[in-house]
Amino acid sequence: MLLPGSLKNLLRGGRGEPVPNGPPPAVASGRPTSPLRSAVAQAAVSMRPSRGLEQFFGNIRGQSGLTILDLGGATQQNVNFITNLGHRLYSEDFLQILNETFGAEDTVDQANPGRIDYFLRQALDYPEGQFDGVLLWDVLEYLTPALLAVVIERLHLIVRPSSYMLAFFHSDDKLEAVPLYTFRIQEMNTLQVAQQGMRRPAQLFNNRSLEKLFSRFESVKFFLAKDRLREVIVKV
Amino acid sequence: MWNKRRDEEPVRPYTPPGPSVAPTAPVAPSSLEPKKETTTVSSMPVNRFEPDTRGGGNSATIGKAVKIVGQIYSKEDLYVDGDLEGTVEALEHRLTIGPNGSLHASIKAREVVALGTIQGNVEATEKIEIRKDAKLVGDIKTARIIIEDGAYFKGSIDIVKPEPAKVTQPKQPPQAPAATAAHAPASTSPQDARR
Repeated sequence: MLLPGSLKNLLRGGRGEPVPNGPPPAVASGRPTSPLRSAVAQAAVSMRPSRGLEQFFGNIRGQSGLTILDLGGATQQNVNFITNLGHRLYSEDFLQILNETFGAEDTVDQANPGRIDYFLRQALDYPEGQFDGVLLWDVLEYLTPALLAVVIERLHLIVRPSSYMLAFFHSDDKLEAVPLYTFRIQEMNTLQVAQQGMRRPAQLFNNRSLEKLFSRFESVKFFLAKDRLREVIVKV
Repeated sequence: MWNKRRDEEPVRPYTPPGPSVAPTAPVAPSSLEPKKETTTVSSMPVNRFEPDTRGGGNSATIGKAVKIVGQIYSKEDLYVDGDLEGTVEALEHRLTIGPNGSLHASIKAREVVALGTIQGNVEATEKIEIRKDAKLVGDIKTARIIIEDGAYFKGSIDIVKPEPAKVTQPKQPPQAPAATAAHAPASTSPQDARR
Protein backbone atom coordinates (compact mmCIF):
# COMPACT_ATOMS: atom_id res chain seq x y z
CA MET A 1 0.00 0.00 0.00
CA LEU A 2 1.27 3.40 -0.80
CA LEU A 3 1.48 5.63 2.20
CA PRO A 4 2.68 9.16 2.53
CA GLY A 5 6.23 9.41 3.90
CA SER A 6 5.34 10.73 7.32
CA LEU A 7 2.65 8.10 7.91
CA LYS A 8 5.01 5.37 6.76
CA ASN A 9 7.59 6.56 9.27
CA LEU A 10 5.01 6.67 12.03
CA LEU A 11 3.98 3.08 11.39
CA ARG A 12 7.62 2.05 11.41
CA GLY A 13 8.11 3.84 14.68
CA GLY A 14 10.52 6.31 13.10
CA ARG A 15 10.49 10.02 13.70
CA GLY A 16 10.62 10.96 10.08
CA GLU A 17 12.85 13.59 8.57
CA PRO A 18 13.54 16.56 10.78
CA VAL A 19 11.69 19.53 9.47
CA PRO A 20 14.12 22.26 8.54
CA ASN A 21 13.06 25.06 10.76
CA GLY A 22 14.61 28.22 12.05
CA PRO A 23 17.86 29.92 11.09
CA PRO A 24 20.75 28.10 9.48
CA PRO A 25 23.37 26.58 11.77
CA ALA A 26 25.99 28.85 13.30
CA VAL A 27 28.72 27.87 10.93
CA ALA A 28 26.67 27.76 7.81
CA SER A 29 27.86 26.55 4.51
CA GLY A 30 27.94 30.08 3.22
CA ARG A 31 27.41 30.24 -0.48
CA PRO A 32 27.75 26.87 -2.13
CA THR A 33 26.30 26.33 -5.57
CA SER A 34 23.13 28.03 -4.63
CA PRO A 35 23.53 28.42 -0.96
CA LEU A 36 22.27 31.84 -0.23
CA ARG A 37 19.32 31.54 -2.47
CA SER A 38 17.34 29.68 0.11
CA ALA A 39 18.56 32.02 2.79
CA VAL A 40 17.60 35.16 0.98
CA ALA A 41 14.20 35.27 2.57
CA GLN A 42 15.70 34.81 6.03
CA ALA A 43 18.29 37.55 5.66
CA ALA A 44 18.43 40.00 8.54
CA VAL A 45 18.64 43.41 6.96
CA SER A 46 19.99 46.54 8.58
CA MET A 47 21.37 49.89 7.52
CA ARG A 48 24.79 51.16 8.45
CA PRO A 49 26.79 54.23 7.63
CA SER A 50 29.99 53.56 5.78
CA ARG A 51 32.85 56.01 5.73
CA GLY A 52 34.86 53.69 3.58
CA LEU A 53 32.20 53.69 0.91
CA GLU A 54 31.94 57.46 1.12
CA GLN A 55 35.67 57.72 0.68
CA PHE A 56 35.66 55.28 -2.20
CA PHE A 57 33.06 57.17 -4.18
CA GLY A 58 34.48 60.51 -3.04
CA ASN A 59 37.71 59.56 -4.74
CA ILE A 60 36.01 59.04 -8.08
CA ARG A 61 33.52 61.86 -7.75
CA GLY A 62 33.12 63.98 -10.81
CA GLN A 63 34.27 61.22 -13.10
CA SER A 64 32.11 59.03 -15.26
CA GLY A 65 32.67 56.16 -17.61
CA LEU A 66 34.88 54.35 -15.14
CA THR A 67 34.98 50.59 -14.89
CA ILE A 68 34.09 49.27 -11.46
CA LEU A 69 34.36 45.66 -10.33
CA ASP A 70 31.94 44.45 -7.66
CA LEU A 71 32.94 41.12 -6.13
CA GLY A 72 29.81 40.80 -4.02
CA GLY A 73 27.57 39.50 -6.79
CA ALA A 74 24.97 41.51 -8.62
CA THR A 75 22.37 43.30 -6.57
CA GLN A 76 19.81 45.71 -7.91
CA GLN A 77 20.92 48.49 -5.59
CA ASN A 78 24.59 48.30 -6.47
CA VAL A 79 23.87 48.07 -10.17
CA ASN A 80 21.58 51.08 -10.00
CA PHE A 81 23.91 53.15 -7.88
CA ILE A 82 27.03 52.55 -9.92
CA THR A 83 25.46 52.77 -13.34
CA ASN A 84 23.55 55.91 -12.34
CA LEU A 85 26.91 57.53 -11.69
CA GLY A 86 27.71 56.80 -15.31
CA HIS A 87 30.11 53.95 -14.67
CA ARG A 88 30.34 50.54 -16.21
CA LEU A 89 29.90 47.75 -13.71
CA TYR A 90 31.48 44.33 -13.74
CA SER A 91 29.91 41.87 -11.38
CA GLU A 92 31.44 38.71 -9.96
CA ASP A 93 29.95 36.51 -7.28
CA PHE A 94 33.35 35.86 -5.78
CA LEU A 95 32.19 33.69 -2.88
CA GLN A 96 30.04 31.54 -5.08
CA ILE A 97 32.98 30.87 -7.38
CA LEU A 98 35.09 30.19 -4.30
CA ASN A 99 32.59 27.64 -3.06
CA GLU A 100 32.23 26.03 -6.45
CA THR A 101 35.99 25.69 -6.73
CA PHE A 102 36.99 24.73 -3.20
CA GLY A 103 33.76 23.77 -1.45
CA ALA A 104 31.98 25.88 1.08
CA GLU A 105 33.94 24.84 4.15
CA ASP A 106 36.93 23.01 2.82
CA THR A 107 39.58 25.66 3.11
CA VAL A 108 42.44 23.17 3.26
CA ASP A 109 42.42 22.64 -0.45
CA GLN A 110 42.78 26.35 -1.16
CA ALA A 111 46.52 25.75 -1.44
CA ASN A 112 46.16 23.45 -4.44
CA PRO A 113 47.94 25.23 -7.34
CA GLY A 114 45.70 23.71 -9.99
CA ARG A 115 42.56 24.83 -8.24
CA ILE A 116 44.00 28.25 -7.50
CA ASP A 117 44.71 28.68 -11.17
CA TYR A 118 41.20 27.56 -12.07
CA PHE A 119 39.71 29.89 -9.48
CA LEU A 120 41.63 32.89 -10.82
CA ARG A 121 40.46 32.10 -14.33
CA GLN A 122 36.89 31.93 -13.14
CA ALA A 123 36.82 34.96 -10.87
CA LEU A 124 39.53 37.41 -11.87
CA ASP A 125 40.40 36.75 -15.45
CA TYR A 126 40.75 40.32 -16.67
CA PRO A 127 43.40 42.19 -18.58
CA GLU A 128 45.95 44.35 -16.87
CA GLY A 129 44.69 47.71 -15.66
CA GLN A 130 41.08 46.94 -16.54
CA PHE A 131 39.42 48.48 -13.50
CA ASP A 132 39.20 51.94 -11.99
CA GLY A 133 37.88 50.68 -8.69
CA VAL A 134 37.04 47.44 -6.92
CA LEU A 135 34.43 46.73 -4.27
CA LEU A 136 35.88 43.75 -2.47
CA TRP A 137 33.51 43.87 0.49
CA ASP A 138 34.44 41.11 2.98
CA VAL A 139 35.45 38.34 0.59
CA LEU A 140 39.15 38.34 1.42
CA GLU A 141 38.50 36.98 4.90
CA TYR A 142 37.47 33.64 3.45
CA LEU A 143 40.74 33.00 1.66
CA THR A 144 43.61 31.04 3.15
CA PRO A 145 47.06 32.66 2.97
CA ALA A 146 48.16 30.88 -0.21
CA LEU A 147 45.05 31.81 -2.15
CA LEU A 148 44.87 35.27 -0.66
CA ALA A 149 48.40 36.06 -1.79
CA VAL A 150 47.67 35.23 -5.42
CA VAL A 151 44.33 37.05 -5.34
CA ILE A 152 46.01 40.18 -4.02
CA GLU A 153 48.67 39.87 -6.67
CA ARG A 154 46.03 39.53 -9.39
CA LEU A 155 44.09 42.50 -8.06
CA HIS A 156 47.22 44.56 -8.15
CA LEU A 157 47.57 43.64 -11.79
CA ILE A 158 44.02 44.22 -12.99
CA VAL A 159 43.38 47.48 -11.16
CA ARG A 160 44.74 50.63 -12.71
CA PRO A 161 47.40 52.49 -10.73
CA SER A 162 46.06 55.27 -8.47
CA SER A 163 42.66 53.57 -8.35
CA TYR A 164 40.97 52.49 -5.13
CA MET A 165 39.65 49.30 -3.62
CA LEU A 166 37.24 48.99 -0.72
CA ALA A 167 37.47 45.99 1.60
CA PHE A 168 35.85 45.06 4.88
CA PHE A 169 37.37 42.98 7.66
CA HIS A 170 36.03 42.01 11.04
CA SER A 171 38.00 43.75 13.71
CA ASP A 172 37.63 41.01 16.31
CA ASP A 173 40.36 38.60 15.33
CA LYS A 174 39.27 35.85 17.73
CA LEU A 175 35.96 35.01 16.13
CA GLU A 176 35.30 31.44 15.04
CA ALA A 177 32.51 32.43 12.70
CA VAL A 178 31.64 35.79 11.25
CA PRO A 179 28.38 37.07 9.83
CA LEU A 180 28.17 36.55 6.11
CA TYR A 181 26.88 39.73 4.57
CA THR A 182 25.51 41.00 1.33
CA PHE A 183 26.27 44.70 0.97
CA ARG A 184 23.86 46.89 -0.92
CA ILE A 185 24.63 50.51 -1.59
CA GLN A 186 21.83 52.82 -0.54
CA GLU A 187 23.60 56.14 -0.72
CA MET A 188 27.14 57.32 -1.10
CA ASN A 189 27.74 56.79 2.62
CA THR A 190 25.08 54.26 3.58
CA LEU A 191 24.93 50.52 3.11
CA GLN A 192 22.11 48.10 3.53
CA VAL A 193 23.61 45.00 5.08
CA ALA A 194 21.81 41.71 4.74
CA GLN A 195 23.17 38.95 6.93
CA GLN A 196 22.97 35.55 5.29
CA GLY A 197 23.99 33.40 8.24
CA MET A 198 27.48 32.80 9.59
CA ARG A 199 30.63 31.48 8.03
CA ARG A 200 34.02 30.44 9.33
CA PRO A 201 36.67 32.87 8.11
CA ALA A 202 39.88 31.46 6.74
CA GLN A 203 41.83 34.11 8.58
CA LEU A 204 41.20 37.31 10.50
CA PHE A 205 43.32 40.42 10.40
CA ASN A 206 44.52 43.20 12.63
CA ASN A 207 45.83 46.54 11.42
CA ARG A 208 49.39 45.33 11.16
CA SER A 209 48.53 42.21 9.18
CA LEU A 210 46.39 44.30 6.85
CA GLU A 211 49.24 46.71 6.23
CA LYS A 212 51.43 43.74 5.47
CA LEU A 213 48.81 42.24 3.19
CA PHE A 214 48.57 45.41 1.12
CA SER A 215 52.23 46.33 1.42
CA ARG A 216 52.77 46.51 -2.33
CA PHE A 217 49.95 49.01 -2.76
CA GLU A 218 50.44 52.74 -2.51
CA SER A 219 48.46 53.37 0.67
CA VAL A 220 46.03 51.76 3.10
CA LYS A 221 43.49 53.70 5.11
CA PHE A 222 41.36 52.25 7.92
CA PHE A 223 37.95 53.21 9.24
CA LEU A 224 36.77 51.38 12.33
CA ALA A 225 33.01 51.18 12.55
CA LYS A 226 30.83 50.54 15.59
CA ASP A 227 29.72 47.15 14.35
CA ARG A 228 33.27 45.77 14.56
CA LEU A 229 33.84 46.02 10.87
CA ARG A 230 37.08 47.54 9.76
CA GLU A 231 36.66 49.35 6.48
CA VAL A 232 39.79 49.62 4.42
CA ILE A 233 40.51 51.84 1.45
CA VAL A 234 43.46 50.66 -0.57
CA LYS A 235 45.07 52.85 -3.15
CA VAL A 236 46.72 50.91 -5.91
CA MET B 1 -22.06 -5.81 -43.73
CA TRP B 2 -19.83 -2.77 -43.60
CA ASN B 3 -16.95 -4.98 -42.66
CA LYS B 4 -17.22 -6.81 -45.91
CA ARG B 5 -17.06 -3.60 -47.88
CA ARG B 6 -13.89 -2.64 -46.13
CA ASP B 7 -12.35 -5.98 -46.98
CA GLU B 8 -13.07 -5.42 -50.63
CA GLU B 9 -11.09 -2.20 -50.78
CA PRO B 10 -7.74 -2.58 -52.52
CA VAL B 11 -4.76 -2.27 -50.28
CA ARG B 12 -3.13 1.11 -50.82
CA PRO B 13 0.47 1.80 -49.97
CA TYR B 14 0.97 4.08 -47.00
CA THR B 15 1.43 7.71 -47.78
CA PRO B 16 2.31 10.14 -45.05
CA PRO B 17 -0.37 12.67 -44.27
CA GLY B 18 0.13 15.83 -46.25
CA PRO B 19 -1.79 18.64 -47.77
CA SER B 20 -4.90 17.28 -49.46
CA VAL B 21 -4.28 18.51 -52.94
CA ALA B 22 -4.86 16.63 -56.11
CA PRO B 23 -1.56 15.35 -57.45
CA THR B 24 -2.37 16.10 -61.08
CA ALA B 25 -3.70 19.60 -60.65
CA PRO B 26 -1.88 21.50 -57.98
CA VAL B 27 -3.81 24.46 -56.73
CA ALA B 28 -1.95 27.68 -56.30
CA PRO B 29 -2.31 29.06 -52.79
CA SER B 30 -5.03 31.61 -52.66
CA SER B 31 -3.96 35.07 -51.70
CA LEU B 32 -7.34 35.62 -50.09
CA GLU B 33 -6.92 32.77 -47.67
CA PRO B 34 -3.36 32.82 -46.45
CA LYS B 35 -2.26 29.62 -44.93
CA LYS B 36 -1.82 30.13 -41.21
CA GLU B 37 1.54 28.86 -40.06
CA THR B 38 1.89 27.63 -36.57
CA THR B 39 4.77 29.22 -34.73
CA THR B 40 4.76 26.84 -31.81
CA VAL B 41 7.71 24.56 -32.20
CA SER B 42 6.61 22.34 -29.37
CA SER B 43 3.25 21.75 -27.86
CA MET B 44 4.70 20.94 -24.47
CA PRO B 45 2.66 22.72 -21.85
CA VAL B 46 4.37 25.49 -19.98
CA ASN B 47 3.51 25.10 -16.37
CA ARG B 48 5.79 27.25 -14.33
CA PHE B 49 5.80 30.42 -16.31
CA GLU B 50 3.24 31.61 -18.73
CA PRO B 51 4.62 33.73 -21.51
CA ASP B 52 3.31 37.22 -21.40
CA THR B 53 0.84 37.65 -24.16
CA ARG B 54 0.37 41.37 -23.91
CA GLY B 55 0.28 43.11 -27.18
CA GLY B 56 -2.01 40.86 -29.10
CA GLY B 57 -0.87 37.50 -27.77
CA ASN B 58 1.60 36.92 -30.57
CA SER B 59 4.25 34.76 -28.99
CA ALA B 60 6.24 31.92 -30.39
CA THR B 61 7.28 29.16 -28.03
CA ILE B 62 10.23 26.82 -28.09
CA GLY B 63 9.38 24.03 -25.72
CA LYS B 64 11.66 22.48 -23.17
CA ALA B 65 12.26 19.31 -25.18
CA VAL B 66 13.53 21.25 -28.19
CA LYS B 67 17.12 22.06 -29.08
CA ILE B 68 17.94 24.54 -31.79
CA VAL B 69 21.34 25.33 -33.21
CA GLY B 70 21.47 28.34 -35.49
CA GLN B 71 20.10 31.80 -35.92
CA ILE B 72 16.67 32.95 -34.90
CA TYR B 73 15.09 36.17 -36.14
CA SER B 74 11.75 36.81 -34.58
CA LYS B 75 9.13 39.36 -35.48
CA GLU B 76 7.00 38.47 -32.52
CA ASP B 77 7.56 37.80 -28.84
CA LEU B 78 9.50 34.65 -28.23
CA TYR B 79 9.46 32.25 -25.30
CA VAL B 80 12.34 29.80 -25.10
CA ASP B 81 12.17 26.97 -22.63
CA GLY B 82 14.48 24.63 -24.51
CA ASP B 83 18.14 24.64 -25.53
CA LEU B 84 19.37 27.16 -28.01
CA GLU B 85 22.81 27.69 -29.45
CA GLY B 86 23.63 30.51 -31.85
CA THR B 87 22.06 33.93 -32.08
CA VAL B 88 18.64 35.32 -31.31
CA GLU B 89 17.30 38.57 -32.67
CA ALA B 90 13.93 39.93 -31.73
CA LEU B 91 14.70 43.58 -32.12
CA GLU B 92 11.16 44.87 -31.66
CA HIS B 93 9.99 42.21 -29.28
CA ARG B 94 10.32 40.51 -25.97
CA LEU B 95 12.40 37.40 -25.47
CA THR B 96 11.63 35.27 -22.43
CA ILE B 97 13.93 32.47 -21.36
CA GLY B 98 11.84 30.07 -19.33
CA PRO B 99 13.05 28.25 -16.22
CA ASN B 100 14.13 25.26 -18.30
CA GLY B 101 15.60 27.40 -21.03
CA SER B 102 19.31 27.32 -21.71
CA LEU B 103 20.77 29.71 -24.23
CA HIS B 104 24.32 29.66 -25.42
CA ALA B 105 23.79 32.59 -27.66
CA SER B 106 24.23 36.25 -28.29
CA ILE B 107 20.93 37.98 -27.91
CA LYS B 108 19.44 41.15 -29.28
CA ALA B 109 15.91 42.04 -28.30
CA ARG B 110 13.77 44.91 -27.18
CA GLU B 111 13.20 43.27 -23.84
CA VAL B 112 14.73 40.19 -22.26
CA VAL B 113 13.31 38.28 -19.30
CA ALA B 114 15.56 35.55 -17.97
CA LEU B 115 14.29 32.78 -15.73
CA GLY B 116 16.68 30.15 -17.00
CA THR B 117 20.29 30.19 -18.13
CA ILE B 118 21.97 32.48 -20.61
CA GLN B 119 25.58 32.28 -21.63
CA GLY B 120 26.39 35.03 -24.05
CA ASN B 121 26.14 38.75 -24.52
CA VAL B 122 22.76 40.38 -24.28
CA GLU B 123 21.63 43.59 -25.87
CA ALA B 124 18.19 44.69 -24.73
CA THR B 125 17.23 48.08 -26.05
CA GLU B 126 14.50 48.62 -23.48
CA LYS B 127 15.19 46.45 -20.44
CA ILE B 128 16.42 43.17 -19.10
CA GLU B 129 15.05 41.29 -16.14
CA ILE B 130 17.13 38.61 -14.44
CA ARG B 131 14.73 36.76 -12.23
CA LYS B 132 15.43 34.75 -9.09
CA ASP B 133 17.30 31.51 -9.88
CA ALA B 134 18.21 32.71 -13.34
CA LYS B 135 21.84 32.55 -14.40
CA LEU B 136 23.43 34.93 -16.84
CA VAL B 137 27.07 34.84 -17.80
CA GLY B 138 27.91 37.51 -20.32
CA ASP B 139 27.98 41.22 -20.96
CA ILE B 140 24.80 43.24 -20.90
CA LYS B 141 23.95 46.39 -22.81
CA THR B 142 20.60 47.82 -21.94
CA ALA B 143 18.67 50.90 -20.92
CA ARG B 144 17.26 49.36 -17.75
CA ILE B 145 18.14 46.33 -15.70
CA ILE B 146 16.24 44.46 -13.01
CA ILE B 147 18.05 41.83 -10.99
CA GLU B 148 16.14 39.83 -8.43
CA ASP B 149 17.80 38.55 -5.29
CA GLY B 150 18.97 35.02 -5.89
CA ALA B 151 19.85 35.61 -9.51
CA TYR B 152 23.38 34.85 -10.62
CA PHE B 153 25.11 37.28 -12.90
CA LYS B 154 28.69 37.37 -14.07
CA GLY B 155 29.76 39.96 -16.55
CA SER B 156 29.57 43.64 -17.25
CA ILE B 157 26.63 46.00 -17.37
CA ASP B 158 26.53 48.95 -19.71
CA ILE B 159 23.56 51.19 -19.30
CA VAL B 160 22.80 52.73 -22.64
CA LYS B 161 20.19 55.42 -22.49
CA PRO B 162 17.87 55.19 -25.46
CA GLU B 163 18.35 57.92 -28.00
CA PRO B 164 15.49 60.40 -27.96
CA ALA B 165 13.24 60.01 -30.96
CA LYS B 166 14.29 62.38 -33.70
CA VAL B 167 11.53 64.91 -34.32
CA THR B 168 11.62 65.94 -37.91
CA GLN B 169 10.80 69.61 -37.89
CA PRO B 170 9.29 71.17 -40.99
CA LYS B 171 11.58 73.45 -42.86
CA GLN B 172 11.17 76.98 -41.56
CA PRO B 173 10.68 79.68 -44.16
CA PRO B 174 13.32 82.37 -44.18
CA GLN B 175 12.92 84.28 -40.94
CA ALA B 176 10.93 87.49 -41.14
CA PRO B 177 11.94 90.58 -39.14
CA ALA B 178 11.72 89.79 -35.44
CA ALA B 179 8.84 92.11 -34.60
CA THR B 180 6.64 90.85 -37.42
CA ALA B 181 7.40 87.22 -36.70
CA ALA B 182 6.69 87.54 -33.02
CA HIS B 183 3.19 88.89 -33.49
CA ALA B 184 2.13 87.07 -36.62
CA PRO B 185 -0.31 84.21 -35.97
CA ALA B 186 1.02 80.78 -36.78
CA SER B 187 -1.46 80.15 -39.59
CA THR B 188 -0.83 83.42 -41.33
CA SER B 189 0.04 82.98 -44.95
CA PRO B 190 2.85 84.97 -46.51
CA GLN B 191 0.25 87.07 -48.32
CA ASP B 192 -1.43 88.00 -45.04
CA ALA B 193 1.88 88.92 -43.59
CA ARG B 194 2.54 91.29 -46.46
CA ARG B 195 -0.73 93.13 -45.71
